[in-house]
Amino acid sequence: MIRSEILKDIAPILHNHLVVCNIGIPSQELYAIDDQPSNFYMLGTMGLASSIGLGLALSQPKPVIVIDGDGSVLTNLGTLPTIANNVTDNYILLIIDNGSYGSTGDQPTYAGKKTSLAKVAEACGCERVVECQAEDTGKIVQQALDSGQMTIIVCKCESGNAKMPVITMDSVVIRDRFMKALQA
Amino acid sequence: MTGNINKRITNDLVSNGVSFVTTVPCKQLAGVIEELETRDDIFHIPSNKEDEGMGLCAGAFMGGKRPAIIMQNTALGVTMNTLATLIQFYRIPLPMLISYRGELGEPVACQVEMALHTKAILAQMNIPTYHFHKRTDVEEFDNILKYTFMCNKPVAILTDATFWGEN
Ligand SMILES: [Mg+2]
Repeated sequence: MIRSEILKDIAPILHNHLVVCNIGIPSQELYAIDDQPSNFYMLGTMGLASSIGLGLALSQPKPVIVIDGDGSVLTNLGTLPTIANNVTDNYILLIIDNGSYGSTGDQPTYAGKKTSLAKVAEACGCERVVECQAEDTGKIVQQALDSGQMTIIVCKCESGNAKMPVITMDSVVIRDRFMKALQA
Repeated sequence: MTGNINKRITNDLVSNGVSFVTTVPCKQLAGVIEELETRDDIFHIPSNKEDEGMGLCAGAFMGGKRPAIIMQNTALGVTMNTLATLIQFYRIPLPMLISYRGELGEPVACQVEMALHTKAILAQMNIPTYHFHKRTDVEEFDNILKYTFMCNKPVAILTDATFWGEN
């Protein structure tokens, strides 16, 4: 399975939840599959989805699901100690680990080689870390929501992208409707 | 005296509703960071890098909190993309209390190198910038915070060694 198939699979679980989605093709895919005001699409700033999601989870009580990638987590590896040391049980970090920089032409990442992001997360002090295969992602995300515990999920999947249009919605509109959805 | 300035800055943050503060430490900022830690009405979250901290602040703002970042000017370079494509692009208000290392009184020559670029970088980024040099400059801090949350922009407050006093 590739990322877009996983997103299609888990879209019903994500529905009506606060979702912070990684820059590039992941956001384009989610936008095409199930656009909703409670999706926050990153149009730039590679690496910060997990940080934005953590700030959000720490500041209000609703569950926050971050859809991140292996390349982006590697870019902002300092995020994992911050997450581990600021536990907030409404936070789920779903790292879709396809071992490549998908949005830039599928160049391999170190996460697809010798580096285990699940082990890095554990070593950073994250308490609930689950590595899963692509097919099981929906089940694992639902379990994480049900557990009421901060969870880091590393979902191993194949490299590849669906062909989706660029998001043309204005950044301030994305932010404004997200904040209104949160308050609703 | 130093204790007073740290309390004053923290009081102004609190009275302006700032309740989520991320920091990357600097010797000059040690006192204000220590003061933050004593306040129940401020959630203090140290970050490992300043761009990461700005991500946390963006999330906190969307979650309904007023954020602030406390950092050193030498780190401005790593935040350029984040300032442009997250904070400015999504119109997130962000007071940036910045220690202005490399100014008069600086003991470390290397710090001067980034000090030379600090104001030029901020000007290039169209970031409103205030420079606290004398102790009394702190009196403007309250108004700067109000201005920041009025206009939804990142705003820099550079605080040099003379402002902080003997160290
Ligand atoms: Mg990837």
